[in-house]
Amino acid sequence: MLSHRSAARVGLLVRRLAQLRGSGTALPGLVVERLDPGFLAAALADLPEGVVVITGTNGKTTTTKMVVELLRASGLRVFSNRSGSNFTRGIIAGLLGELDGRGRLTADIAVLELDEAHAIQFVREVPPRYSLLLNITRDQLDRFGEVDYTAGLLEKVALATTAGVVLNRDDPLVRRIADTLPAAVERRYFGSGGSVAHLFPDDRHLYGTRRGSSPKKDLASHEADVILSALSGKSATYSFGGEAQPAIELGMNGVHNALNGAAALSVVRMVLGDRAASVVLLAALGAVGPAFGRGESIDVGGSPLEIVLVKNPSGFRLALRSYAESDAATMIAINDRYADGRDTSWLWDVDFEGLSNVEVVSGTRADDMALRLHYDNIEVAHVEDSLSVALDRLLVIEGPKRIYCTYTAMMAIRGRLASKFNLAGIQ
Amino acid sequence: MTTNSGGLPLRIVHLYPEQMNIYGDTGNVLTMVRRAQWHGYDPEVVVHHPGAPFPENVDLVVGGGGQDSGQGLVAADLRALGDHLHDLADDGVAMLMVCGLYQLFGQFFETVTGERMDGIGIFDVATYGGPKRLVGNVRSQTQFGEIFGYENHSGLTMLGEGQRPFGEIEMGSGNNGRDRTEGAIYRNVYGTYLHGSVLPKNPRFADALLEAAALRRHGTFTRAPIDDRLAELARSRARQLGV
Repeated sequence: MLSHRSAARVGLLVRRLAQLRGSGTALPGLVVERLDPGFLAAALADLPEGVVVITGTNGKTTTTKMVVELLRASGLRVFSNRSGSNFTRGIIAGLLGELDGRGRLTADIAVLELDEAHAIQFVREVPPRYSLLLNITRDQLDRFGEVDYTAGLLEKVALATTAGVVLNRDDPLVRRIADTLPAAVERRYFGSGGSVAHLFPDDRHLYGTRRGSSPKKDLASHEADVILSALSGKSATYSFGGEAQPAIELGMNGVHNALNGAAALSVVRMVLGDRAASVVLLAALGAVGPAFGRGESIDVGGSPLEIVLVKNPSGFRLALRSYAESDAATMIAINDRYADGRDTSWLWDVDFEGLSNVEVVSGTRADDMALRLHYDNIEVAHVEDSLSVALDRLLVIEGPKRIYCTYTAMMAIRGRLASKFNLAGIQ
Repeated sequence: MTTNSGGLPLRIVHLYPEQMNIYGDTGNVLTMVRRAQWHGYDPEVVVHHPGAPFPENVDLVVGGGGQDSGQGLVAADLRALGDHLHDLADDGVAMLMVCGLYQLFGQFFETVTGERMDGIGIFDVATYGGPKRLVGNVRSQTQFGEIFGYENHSGLTMLGEGQRPFGEIEMGSGNNGRDRTEGAIYRNVYGTYLHGSVLPKNPRFADALLEAAALRRHGTFTRAPIDDRLAELARSRARQLGV
């Protein structure tokens, strides 16, 4: 068995070789993991503020970005995994670049986004000090089988957490995980209240209720630490421990992102305790822009092009609702690769009524998407399998544009936009 | 939903939409409503929840798949309705039962640990919990031609002697992954593992359900031309898919 330092050296060597060849980022992580299975646990064990795990169906990437920025604004050195590096080997690969000469991580705290399945592997090796459970709705059922199974995965993450768990008070599947936690583990809640409460249907309420009827809310029996109490455009008002804070202007659209903000604020307040300065946290939250492909806006010839990742019915519905008032020429790109979910049945659980101006649908399942819109009596100008041809069709339209896309379609579209417009900061 | 107030009525019952809806099953109800409208009928959707009285004057019944917990919640209600649903089936009412409700329209579901949940036995099929989920794209050959969909189930369904399957598997697993059967038929009642949703991409099958419902209620079925080019495109795409 190699020492952790030796494994790190080998990993860095592999990383340099991989960079010379221009190949993937996870390979050095894989090599280190094989050489030294205890590497990840050892590298993260000595962090003075521990590890925060963020998981749930929707909003992981955006919320992780928020938590990282809030902690940095509060003076902490933060290590975080890049989006898409949910595997432990991806986290290790990221760690290698952040080690000091003695093979130690130069950070105070690690904030990690993990999808449900990878999270339970990770917490077996590295029990997090804090975890943040965002929401549970149906997603990638071809992978996870059933929503109840996904809830079980999140419960395992919560049970492995040593100091504190932050839960979504308004999501019954998440909230009931609190009852399984040992008394020594602190639990806190975030949620929505006042005029915004009705905007967040949970998985049960997404189904079976008739169109147009607003979901019934279970009466919130838990005091929430952070509440999103009002939202008007991008202007959001939060309250901390029942105390209303001044409204802030968020850096991104969408009711779901405003709620992600409440989640981020709550876990950061738990981590920082007495050190949390409300003014600093709110200012930092307002400065966070959209994460990679999550509602980010790109300037294309003087008009905005928004890229909106959609992965599951609840996410797609919330996105449609968030953008309902700003008209734009629309493209929808649906792929059915593994990372997108192979089963496109979920498109039938999204209500598209009210969507107009659909210029083109594309992706490996363009035909299914067009058929779906047909049954909501929505006209589609073009059905075009090829993402690049479809994108060209959209780009010739004048004025604001918007693309709803699944994960692999989003990656391809971003790549295409990067080479076309030579945009900085696009990977 | 928009209505054809001048059209002949058709009454569609959506069974247990809150518990049994997991794989886009509402798409089947939407397809029935839209195609009924496009054919000039005036469809009405009535929802049946556990514990409520079953709607009257039913022309078409549509039900979907659920999680194990959802199946448990509706099984007792379904058994209480069993005799009535048998009468409706014998009377020629059209029904489509997908996945979880297909299983409960059979004799029973027995889990891997040997627990048995009784169904209502409209189909002579029995389902046994299997060791792994059968997941992927499916193509089966039926009396309505090729049917395309997606399956995701752990139950293995065995047909009783004399029980007609709905289709023969050309790709995918179907009832049990062994005998190449998919689904079951009793009169105008269809059970299948296919979602996707199944009806939008299989318009011949969808119209057959509407036709059975209209014939029974009104004595005739008047068919309007429907532009199914998008469904044809999706079908030709599905023909190229792997499992």
